Amino acid sequence: MAVSGIKSRPVYPGLSPDPNARSNVVVCDVAGAEAVVELLTRADGAFARRTSIILSADGAGSEQAQALAKRLEPAGVEIASGLPAAISHLNAILDQASMGLRLYAAGSEPLIGSVVQAGLDHFIDHLSIRTEHRGSLKRRVQCVHCKGMTEDVTTNPVTCSHCGLLLLVRDHYSRRLAAFQGVCINAESPGERPEPNVEFP
Amino acid sequence: MTASFLRRVRVAEVEPVASRIKRFRLVSADGEPLSEFSGGSHVTVCMQAPDRLIRNPYSLMSCPSDTSSYQIGVLKVPDSRGGSEFMHENVSIGTELEISEPLNLFPPAKLARKHILVAGGIGITPFMSMMSELESVGADFELHYGVRSLAEGAFCKLLETRYGPRVHLYFQDKGQLVPLEQVLASQPLGTHVYVCGPKPMIDWALRSATLAGWPDENIHSEQFTAPPIGKPFVARLVRTGREVTVGGHQSILEALEQNGIDAPFLCRGGACGQCETAVTSCDGFIEHNDHYLTEAEKADGRKIMICVSRISGDAITLDL
Amino acid sequence: MVLAFKNETFRDDFTFSNSPESIRRFPFPFHEDKYMYAVNIEPHVPGPKGTVYEFPIDIDEHYVAEMRDREIVLAADPGRCQALPHMMTAQWDMLELLMTSMARDYPEHFSLTQDGDHWHWINRPLGIDQKFTFGDHTTLPYEPMEYIGRQCQGDFSIQDQRDGQLWMDAGIITTQADWSLDFDIGMNFFEWHGPVPLAHEAGVFERALKFLLNLQVGRPVRRLNWTMTINPRLDTSPENYHKWGIDRTTVTPENVGDKVHLRVELQGLWRLPRSNAILFSIRCYLIKMKELVTIPKWGRRLPRVLETLPPEIADYKGLTRYRQMTIDWLKKYDDGAPTSPGFGPD
Ligand SMILES: Cc1cc2nc3c(=O)[nH]c(=O)nc-3n(C[C@H](O)[C@H](O)[C@H](O)COP(=O)(O)OP(=O)(O)OC[C@H]3O[C@@H](n4cnc5c(N)ncnc54)[C@H](O)[C@@H]3O)c2cc1C
Ligand code: FES
Repeated sequence: MAVSGIKSRPVYPGLSPDPNARSNVVVCDVAGAEAVVELLTRADGAFARRTSIILSADGAGSEQAQALAKRLEPAGVEIASGLPAAISHLNAILDQASMGLRLYAAGSEPLIGSVVQAGLDHFIDHLSIRTEHRGSLKRRVQCVHCKGMTEDVTTNPVTCSHCGLLLLVRDHYSRRLAAFQGVCINAESPGERPEPNVEFP
Repeated sequence: MTASFLRRVRVAEVEPVASRIKRFRLVSADGEPLSEFSGGSHVTVCMQAPDRLIRNPYSLMSCPSDTSSYQIGVLKVPDSRGGSEFMHENVSIGTELEISEPLNLFPPAKLARKHILVAGGIGITPFMSMMSELESVGADFELHYGVRSLAEGAFCKLLETRYGPRVHLYFQDKGQLVPLEQVLASQPLGTHVYVCGPKPMIDWALRSATLAGWPDENIHSEQFTAPPIGKPFVARLVRTGREVTVGGHQSILEALEQNGIDAPFLCRGGACGQCETAVTSCDGFIEHNDHYLTEAEKADGRKIMICVSRISGDAITLDL
Repeated sequence: MVLAFKNETFRDDFTFSNSPESIRRFPFPFHEDKYMYAVNIEPHVPGPKGTVYEFPIDIDEHYVAEMRDREIVLAADPGRCQALPHMMTAQWDMLELLMTSMARDYPEHFSLTQDGDHWHWINRPLGIDQKFTFGDHTTLPYEPMEYIGRQCQGDFSIQDQRDGQLWMDAGIITTQADWSLDFDIGMNFFEWHGPVPLAHEAGVFERALKFLLNLQVGRPVRRLNWTMTINPRLDTSPENYHKWGIDRTTVTPENVGDKVHLRVELQGLWRLPRSNAILFSIRCYLIKMKELVTIPKWGRRLPRVLETLPPEIADYKGLTRYRQMTIDWLKKYDDGAPTSPGFGPD
């Protein structure tokens, strides 16, 4: 079980503008917003005016969020309190959308994963979503035993927040679940509890 | 692996459906029922011409769940090496032919919310089976079919009766063109577009979709590529130590077959990748005519798809 | 051929065992005395009478007991059987392939009558008599894949083909060697093979994918895969790893012969006609070391192969803890004599 170097790890090639898209929808967190600023500088003003940005503020103060929004102009910016609010806003946009929309995501892996999931729910192929990883390496982990999700995982191993088993976080990633796989680390040596290391700061 | 797994079929019906297009109905001649297939599939038809064996791919037009017969529609191509002409002139009711099992390189996207089918001329054929399939699973689709004139347009009446308002016809002689820009402008998220027809039409449609902001993942095409003609050259085979001359009207694959050398193939149209062959050296330039190798691989020159590509030059040495 | 189905278990008291005939037909996966990773794909054509290759779908003496074990797994964890909505046509393709093969090759046990879309299926060993309408899943107690999957030995997954990739979009997986359908469903060919070490670097999966994308109707292929399992346990799922992983620590020099099992998967791949999907069958065969050494050639060869296994592969297959102990035990049966090439007994 204790293997690493797994090839199902998603790759995030970085944001690049689609000059032909009729409308662009970007979801980002505070760290990802920097990548969006760079995206906008790589395109023209018309691109920015066709672009709506959903910023997941995640505990950043409203002043910091407002300042970020200012830097993203002339794109329209909607500030959401956190990831769930950002995704429900995105879903509302996608429910009404037609072809010609291009979807982008920038920030932590759980954010990108949730955007890709919302895209799949709206028939958008994951390969057509442009993504860039920024900021924390924290992960969403699914316990393969109880199927519970543990959010914002930074250590390996990690204790499952549902069943309490100590989980080895594998690099095996499910797009459908937007989560990495966690597998009991001490099944063959019960009682042994390896020290958690901060592997995903 | 070669497509030596062939089925014997008998022509049960021949119908001229447009000025240069004939429809053939093929039934099993070996007693075993034909296999079911998926929408967009084609078969390779083997024709024994007096001087050589011709193998051309033709799309299946019949309903995929009908195993009693297959139907193909063949356009008579002028100035050709003779496959389509053979079908038109030498094949009649009762003729026996050999065909491959169906192969699908142009399937509808199963995860699509809606399908826009764009056909030009004989490019309608793969959509005939595709529409049967989409209809049977209740999928949302529309067809945009451009023909030169009613006389040249096959199946216009049939399609309108069967699919009603989902079929849109455009007649070139009346100055009508497929209004692709409008069609693409207002489709729900998750729509896929498929194009089949002459090369210029495919190129135009692909470009239009990209310019309308459609992601590559939602755009599909099939081109009826036949091996283009050129000048004769020599193919040297490293492993078998043989040397064959590829005639101006022959593909490398055909030249090998004529000389009794077995090489792998499936689609014979530069799409499936089965005939990929390593190039040891080339005394001239490779003319890549396939849709399989990446641009980088084509530029690199170390691989060739021998079913459709050739060289301009004297000789090519292949790892065969 | 009338099979005598055994009454045995693959859990708790582990009463599973092979009859002498069953041992002789075991698909021993090593054709030489050392380990080599190979895709080793060959046409899935009928093999000699009595072998596991005689028919496309192999049914053996463990059939009834395996189906009972599958029922237990599915009752506890319905997630072991899942199909994404666009896979319904492929599910019917699978049902047709299995029912027609089983009825044709084992007429004493199964029969199928087809009258247009009105089908009548009889499964005598499991006491099932079912009339249904082909294409209408409401006429069956389960969706087609689950219906027939509960009546056929082996795990099955169905791959949809899109954009030059294969996507694992359906499966019934209750005897898996350490992978989770619930986690892997929806992944592409490279993603679900992600955890396999070494093979990616060798370009093995690129070549295998290209081959499979062009797989033709009516020309199935097969390959063998193997691992080892402690106790004759079919359900070695990651879901339950926290329960069975401990078994690996229970091997002692005295119990190797009973506890350690070679587990061979006969993997078959079929192009499905209507859906253009690919059916992947994973038929698992188990044999105890004690049973294996009754074939002298295998007793000599297996320890030699295990000695040449790269550590990454041993780790991936979960053998590290008991590999040496198994080799030591097997060595008693290796007199150093040369072995004949090929898989079968001499
Ligand atoms: C996947 C696939 C599906 C297909 N489905 C269909 C179908 O449903 N219906 C159909 O009609 N066709 C279909 N085709 C095309 C078909 O296979 C043949 O290519 C076509 O019938 C022409 O064959 P041919 O032997 O008559 O001509 P080929 O010699 O193969 O000629 C093809 C082209 O080369 C040109 N050409 C050849 N020789 C000369 C020459 N000496 N001088 C000038 N020009 C020349 C011809 O004008 C023609 O445009 C399909 C092809 C593919 C790859
Ligand atoms: S045979 Fe298919 S690409 Fe050449």
